[in-house]
Amino acid sequence: MAKAHVYKRDHVNTDEIIPARYLNTDDAAVLAAHCMEDLDTGFVKKCQPGDVIVCGDDFGCGSSREHAVWAIQGAKVGAVIAHSFARIYYRNCINCGFYPIELHGALEKINDGDELEIDYRGGTIANKTQGTTIAFTPLPEFALEIVNDGGLLEHIKRKK
Amino acid sequence: MGMTITEKIFARAAGKTAVKAGDLVNANIDVVMCHDVTTPPAISMLKEHGIDKVFDVNKIVVTPDHFQPAKDIASAELHKRLDTWAKEKKLPYYYKLGRAGVCHALLPEQGHIRPGEVIVGGDSHTCTYGAFGAFSTGVGSTDLAAAIATGILWFKVPASMRFTLNGSFRKGVYSKDVILEVIRRIGTDGALYKAIEFVGPALKEMTMEGRMTITNMAIEAGGKSGIIGVDATTRAYLDGRLKGMTEYTVFESDADAAYVHEDTVDCSRLEPMVAFPHLPSNGKPIGECKGLAMDQCYIGSCTNGRIEDLRIAATIMKGKEVRIRTIVVPATPEIWKQAIDEGLAEIFYNAGCVVSAPTCGACLGGFMGILAAGDKCISTTNRNFVGRMGSPKSEVYLASPATAAASAVEGKLADCRNYL
Ligand code: SF4
Repeated sequence: MAKAHVYKRDHVNTDEIIPARYLNTDDAAVLAAHCMEDLDTGFVKKCQPGDVIVCGDDFGCGSSREHAVWAIQGAKVGAVIAHSFARIYYRNCINCGFYPIELHGALEKINDGDELEIDYRGGTIANKTQGTTIAFTPLPEFALEIVNDGGLLEHIKRKK
Repeated sequence: MGMTITEKIFARAAGKTAVKAGDLVNANIDVVMCHDVTTPPAISMLKEHGIDKVFDVNKIVVTPDHFQPAKDIASAELHKRLDTWAKEKKLPYYYKLGRAGVCHALLPEQGHIRPGEVIVGGDSHTCTYGAFGAFSTGVGSTDLAAAIATGILWFKVPASMRFTLNGSFRKGVYSKDVILEVIRRIGTDGALYKAIEFVGPALKEMTMEGRMTITNMAIEAGGKSGIIGVDATTRAYLDGRLKGMTEYTVFESDADAAYVHEDTVDCSRLEPMVAFPHLPSNGKPIGECKGLAMDQCYIGSCTNGRIEDLRIAATIMKGKEVRIRTIVVPATPEIWKQAIDEGLAEIFYNAGCVVSAPTCGACLGGFMGILAAGDKCISTTNRNFVGRMGSPKSEVYLASPATAAASAVEGKLADCRNYL
């Protein structure tokens, strides 16, 4: 079961997810320790493995730094659910084998602290706290393949 | 149905006669831009996966810029990894310290950008190169690694938006003001997944430097790319500058090409603009906001650290003293030298500015001008997110070099037209 950490915000940007002051390293553990720091300094402490971040529109806008995906992966976040994603961030997620869930209206359907169960392939979220089932459009097959292979490079290697 | 310039570029890159927005294509990459933050991880990934090859040494351009010269031990390690790799692969276009500069200013200046090509870089402002009639976009480290190894990436061909820039520029209004106005209108995700095409007579009045300021900020509207067609100004800039292949293909949008959004900007009605914290879309005309006290002024970056930007700033500062900390960063070594040769550096010195070596530096809150809590900075950069230039409690105000220079002189947001 995954717990939802809800931020009622649009345009959560890569500088908030992992500030540039930490970009002098690509060490995943260091990045994870500062995950979401400029949005919520308490995030890393309260996030349990598999927990989910829920936001509004345009999540991950700004820089192309994949560090913003690594930080979230490193903090053991299970998924990010957002109304929409910034383009480079969305692509980086898939390339890193991390599932971005696009769900319009997520902020109305999920409250902070809700317990969720996600079926990635089927495209449903069971909100156990509210007793509801929410549908989302799952990733297209080719992107799902990349995610399941663990990322683009792994995928390229396997296809060879 | 005709094709947009962007669709034509993708058709060529994918070896097809026609493509349309929404098509998934495998595109051949013509140039891969590599810098010190996102490339070292890409190199490590390639190593981890046992991929040793580089698709074409002549198509990879490398420059450290974000933290160069190295600001601390960790960034020195990044530079070392980049340096070791570039030497090991014998990359001919590796710009080392002394020749290194802010990537998006350096690559066009050094003749690596050709019209009609597909260019990717491990940096979101790679969209800058669209000013040359190329498709150009930022990617993360994994895509960068794949591009370095294979020279091919998949893309969804973007739909296009079209902005027609009409009218003549009034005194004190520049291309930065145009793009801040465009982003104010459509918002920071108004162009999500789309190419923004700029056309219209006002482009004729813009130099390549001015055009690059516009395409540079396409990403600030969420755009995949920004693009401007080739004309005599483009050709004159490229003449004698191109490295390697000097031929290029010029594409133009067909008259019946499809656009998902169209709008016009009358440049003759624009005022100097300032984008307030914490979004580039919070633009206000200077008339509505002048007088707000600032603590620092930053003139530089891939948006506005080029020679004409420094010339404008120097014109305003000449014979005056700045009232706030002012940092001037020429974006490349060539610009830095020009600033000295033309006497601009002396004007900045006399005005009380710091002039630094080329670096991204404080633009991304790296070093050389970090803001403290509560600081307000008028900046010629492209992004004013929370904490972008330092403390999460500092504030960044985006403007043209003229507005920044006038504000430095007054110590508060100022109307540059009083100085021109
Ligand atoms: S100058 Fe600023 S925006 Fe441009 S590449 Fe460097 S850090 Fe990025």
